[in-house]
Amino acid sequence: MNYQVNEKGYYGDFGGAYIPEMLYPNVEELRTTYLDIMNEPSFKKEFDQLLRDYVGRPSPLYFAKRLSEKHNTKVYLKREDLNHTGAHKVNNTIGQILVAKRLGKNRIIAETGAGQHGVATATVCALMGIKCIVYMGEIDIKRQAPNVARMKMLGAEVRPAKSGSKTLKDATNEAIRDWINNPVDTHYIIGSAIGPHPYPDMVTRFQSIISEEIKWQLKEKEGREHPDYVVACIGGGSNAAGTYYHFLEEPSVGIIAVEAAGKGVHSGESAATSQLGKEGIIHGCKTLLMQTQDGQITEPYSISAGLDYPGVGPLHSHIYKTARGEFYSVTDDDAMAAGLELSQLEGIIPAIESSHALAIFNDKKFRPEDIVVISLSGRGDKDLDTYIDYFKL
Amino acid sequence: MNRINTALEQDKKLLSIYFTAGYPSLNDTTKIIQDLEHHGVDMIEIGLPFSDPLADGPTIQESSTTALKNGMTTNILFEQLKDIRKSVNIPLIIMGYFNPMMQYGIEVFCAKCQEIGIDGLIIPDLPVNEYHEHYQETFEKYGLINVFLITPQTSDERIRFIDDVSNGFIYMVSSASTTGAKSTFGDTQQQYFERISALDLKNPQIVGFGISNNETFTQATKTAKGAIIGSAFIKHLTHNRTDNIGDFVKSIR
Repeated sequence: MNYQVNEKGYYGDFGGAYIPEMLYPNVEELRTTYLDIMNEPSFKKEFDQLLRDYVGRPSPLYFAKRLSEKHNTKVYLKREDLNHTGAHKVNNTIGQILVAKRLGKNRIIAETGAGQHGVATATVCALMGIKCIVYMGEIDIKRQAPNVARMKMLGAEVRPAKSGSKTLKDATNEAIRDWINNPVDTHYIIGSAIGPHPYPDMVTRFQSIISEEIKWQLKEKEGREHPDYVVACIGGGSNAAGTYYHFLEEPSVGIIAVEAAGKGVHSGESAATSQLGKEGIIHGCKTLLMQTQDGQITEPYSISAGLDYPGVGPLHSHIYKTARGEFYSVTDDDAMAAGLELSQLEGIIPAIESSHALAIFNDKKFRPEDIVVISLSGRGDKDLDTYIDYFKL
Repeated sequence: MNRINTALEQDKKLLSIYFTAGYPSLNDTTKIIQDLEHHGVDMIEIGLPFSDPLADGPTIQESSTTALKNGMTTNILFEQLKDIRKSVNIPLIIMGYFNPMMQYGIEVFCAKCQEIGIDGLIIPDLPVNEYHEHYQETFEKYGLINVFLITPQTSDERIRFIDDVSNGFIYMVSSASTTGAKSTFGDTQQQYFERISALDLKNPQIVGFGISNNETFTQATKTAKGAIIGSAFIKHLTHNRTDNIGDFVKSIR
């Protein structure tokens, strides 16, 4: 089975570019140039240098001794939480800002849910001196005040999305509309492995640094490149795509995806897209998405704003449909407990998104000799208010 | 012959009006269609509301949100339209996003359109290549004309391809924008209208996006076969409900 995007922009049945004609020139420009740009030696040099000196890569692959003892298996944490800006998101924004520069764009737009991608975008725009506009749902702006302040401090303009449900999917709609209205000078930095082709592939490639590093780091520590399992949480799916990328065609590596069950998969308040979704079109690609019988996109729920998205990237839909990966869903309560457990066993407070991946031990029993690499996609600073409320700290 | 092609053969500039089905009230659909025809509108686009209408500006999005809250669904719209051909003769086009149609089932959707007497579809997020490869046969089997959009940024080569695949008219988006975004046309639009006119395409062009009054209608139809009004009519419905539709039409031409 092949897990690379084909020349038409599909992973199996999923992907494509279902976009209004108004967006065609923008997306087509990107589609015809992104691989050439990414393969230029000068691009690679600049990208690698920024990842090293600015982001702080490689991020450590940390053997979590006490967590391993607790769950009677060998757990490594891929420490994306130690990146500059606190999550994996910056790997992609660094890559895309360099693409935008080479395309001669002088205005950047982005969507954000929790604000992590918005902050990562505002950061690279400040770094490059490029104008930055971030669309964010009006409700999310209220829920994530510190990240809004960060973006403003970094010089970005935060525009509230006031339409529809006023959350991430509406912020994405607004960003797409902005791009329609500004077709020439603007690049849209999508933050997840979603959107019209070539976005899912481009974002996946920028995030694939995660699995590239896991391979050599594990070789150093364990004498082998391939773990038995890689585990990641999935909202849109960019950290998961990067964590899986170099292992997808290596059958000895088990792929584990953890979605947000919210208050329970069938509670009506969930974001477990693979369980609740059907094939359809969202934000320019054919993929699994949560929708009514009538094809209206529904509003998901998760305690974690980063997993609160009604779709999943087309690569992940393909992984799900071909049964290449095991998909689990973890409730708010189990994720919060796993976040607390990691904090107290390892001294690492994880982002609530990552806590979902850490809750895998409730559902999946590993063998003592298994090597399990979990993507710790982000740090918990941004979630402190939620942790405080939840644990009455 | 499809009613769209018949209408396009008339020796006059066509006025086409868009409205969102289920807005302002769930059951206004047939009254709006009948009034529009009665007051001389040449063609109607019935909007099938969608939760996430990417190509639309705030006016049409809000009308869609309201329509969905009012309870509009694909089935209800088809039910409302089932006897429409007993009273209405002008071309009727359903304009909507692809996902609700996919969920209904493309073939069933097309069959239902034919049964009711729908003449064409406009699906902004179904690109021409996907249509050409996967759906053209089905649409044509049920006698439906699919209408594609072009914009000032669309290359001549791509316009030629779209012209090739089209068999009704080409929906010429007036400027790089979502619906309802501009209020007047400047030199840029005029040059664009002239550039397209000079391509001498086999399909006539109808201009949409940013047509709101007599001035923009007249400007747009100087070279094009007709013009489509959407957001301005939705605003009229917001203020007047379904009253005074004749006054609105008269204010355009």
